[in-house]
Amino acid sequence: MTTLENRPSTATPTRSAARRRTPVTWLRGGGLGNLVFLLPLLLVFGLFSWWPIIRAAVMSVQTTNLVTAPVFVGWANFSHVLHDPLLGTAIVNTIWFAVLALIFGYPLPLIMAVLMSEVRKAKGLYSALAYLPVVVPPVVSVLLWKFFYDGSATGVFNTILGWVGIPPQPWLQNAGTAMPSLVLEATWAAAGGTVIIYLAALLSVPPELYDAAEVDGASVWGKIWHVTLPQLRGILFVTLILQIIGTAQVFLEPYLFTGGGPNHATLTVLLLIYQYAFQNSTGGDYGSATALSIMLAVVLGILSVLYFRLTKRWSV
Amino acid sequence: MKSSLKAIAAATVLFAAVGTLSGCASSSTSGSSAHGKTTIVVAIDAGLKKPAQDAFNAQVKLFEKANPTITVKSREYTWTGTTFSAELAGGTLPDVFTIPFTDGRSLIEQKQVADISSLVKALPYASKFNPAVVKNGEDASGNIQAVPIAAYGQALHYNRTLFTKAGLDPDKPPTTWAEVRSDAKAIADKTGEAGYATMTQSNTGGWILTSAAYALGGRAETKSGKKFTATVDTKPFKKALTDLKTMRWTDDSMGGNFLYDWNGINQDFAAGKIGMYISGGGNYGSLVSQNAIKPADYGETVVPLEGKDAGALGGGTLAVVSAKADDAAKKASVKWIDFYYMSTLITKSDAVRDAKTQAASQQPVGAPQVPVFDQKTYKETQDWIKSYVNVPVDQMKPYVSQEFDQAIIPEPASQTQALYGALDPVVQAVLTDKNANVDQLLSQANTSIQQILDK
Repeated sequence: MTTLENRPSTATPTRSAARRRTPVTWLRGGGLGNLVFLLPLLLVFGLFSWWPIIRAAVMSVQTTNLVTAPVFVGWANFSHVLHDPLLGTAIVNTIWFAVLALIFGYPLPLIMAVLMSEVRKAKGLYSALAYLPVVVPPVVSVLLWKFFYDGSATGVFNTILGWVGIPPQPWLQNAGTAMPSLVLEATWAAAGGTVIIYLAALLSVPPELYDAAEVDGASVWGKIWHVTLPQLRGILFVTLILQIIGTAQVFLEPYLFTGGGPNHATLTVLLLIYQYAFQNSTGGDYGSATALSIMLAVVLGILSVLYFRLTKRWSV
Repeated sequence: MKSSLKAIAAATVLFAAVGTLSGCASSSTSGSSAHGKTTIVVAIDAGLKKPAQDAFNAQVKLFEKANPTITVKSREYTWTGTTFSAELAGGTLPDVFTIPFTDGRSLIEQKQVADISSLVKALPYASKFNPAVVKNGEDASGNIQAVPIAAYGQALHYNRTLFTKAGLDPDKPPTTWAEVRSDAKAIADKTGEAGYATMTQSNTGGWILTSAAYALGGRAETKSGKKFTATVDTKPFKKALTDLKTMRWTDDSMGGNFLYDWNGINQDFAAGKIGMYISGGGNYGSLVSQNAIKPADYGETVVPLEGKDAGALGGGTLAVVSAKADDAAKKASVKWIDFYYMSTLITKSDAVRDAKTQAASQQPVGAPQVPVFDQKTYKETQDWIKSYVNVPVDQMKPYVSQEFDQAIIPEPASQTQALYGALDPVVQAVLTDKNANVDQLLSQANTSIQQILDK
């Protein structure tokens, strides 16, 4: 039995050893070598990751055109952003994109992965086909889909719809259909990557669990619900939070497909940041752009912490 | 200790390697002078077809031969409203690049382009510029810091083949807005293509709406003392927008794409998908060099003017030098501007040499423009290069024969691009929402433009 008296006797030498660590022992222990090896990474990371963040934070309280000396303006940029009527539109649109992406884009890769894991032949071919859109450069994908979404009767999708007697649809050319059209392309482009993650995770599910479920008379759906999903919940949480963060920062699709139109129907928060900074060719409002970026980062940070707190017990 | 020393040695080698690489990179940056040689990076239009690139490279060779101490490198660049600012802020612009008239004064005031006024002043033609044109490149004291290289008035471009297919006479393009509408409907009904199309993205929607409103006697802003007032909530803008709405929803003559930018609409026009659209009068050059338009398809006429004070919205291009350029690079850059852009407008031998090179590369020679100097010099230049003109001049007759009869109205003076940007969603709304309320949209736009002007 370990006595309470014994415990300090084991802890004391450790603490005293720590106290004895001097620059000389650190040097002798290879500390300098470690630091020197770490230095390039710290420099690169600091220069390209942390320095821009610090610059952005500073710029958010300044008015600057990046050429002449900046002027300190306090919270004015934040106030300007919060009073901009387009901010509400951008937030609603971003949430709408996230909801649509969650409804269509989140379950689809899982369904595809489960189905593909059940396939016995040509599994590699299906994986390759699923992953192919990820390999296509995003700009190329968008240009390709722009062609598909041609609103005239001769557009690719409209021609297909014509075969079954459906009249041409406006796709990107209508405020109501533009956002779902963007989500459709985004889902197509991104699903492959998540499918591969799920496929790898499915391999880690012990087969004996399925055997046991089968002995208990579980149907296919029962096996998915009671075995597959609980076993994948950790990875499902991670992909969910990544998807929420990703959709909150959606930029490429609205920028390339519609430029935020028609009539601001696809203006997202990130596109609004871009417009603050770059729409006026003779000098952007970099202060407002960085102020909104910081607000977005704070909101996403809070969301992530909340999400992990709420699901901590369940996801372990 | 030994391992630490080894690590330090390894890291030193690594840093030395990185240093060497960065040294290599800096040795090729613009404006550097090594052994008395200056290297400058100049803009070349993005997306040029092979013959156009060859013509450009031939000019570079000639320039380098005439100026052995200057090396010219080129970088693809085309000004667009929403990318220019990013390039400017990122410092990725070439030493010599071009900007529209709308941006000249702001960039000069903000010192975002180099002050080349003393070098420009020394050019022999510095005092001969068309005053209405050169003021776009002057600072507050009247020094030329940006060189006007081209000027234009808005024109109506039309597809002659679609006109013929629709049973219209391609030699009699529309002369009123009512005829634009009826011809557009005829084209859409008979050919299935868009009879009329308009740009709507990257500030171009506002640009073309403003062009149509100016052709109806409107103005986007007025100035009283130092205060600018937004005036887009007025009859000409309402009529221009209502015409678009009628063509879109009543006539169904505008096709299925309502998210065009400048590149996109040029592409579809060259591909024969658009009957008519408004753009700069000198657009034919881009349609050939970037979009490979069939010359036989092309037709050009003036924008119909109706009402008091109606005029063609003007515009143009300025050549400027990067604010980062050092003295040697500035000097070399002005030499390039003089050689590549200006001497061809004013010196016979250069005009002929340029026309010859362009024609040999099957590039358009003789597309109409508004004179950068005076009308006499312009006509003289056209005479010099007459034998090399390869653009379909007869098909441009409706424009060329009337362009000088039209008043050219300068673009809105304050916050031009932001003003155009605020009108983009208005045009998009009218073209994508059947129930869009023109009055309400313009009233809201007027309020937001006024806020921009009051900043």
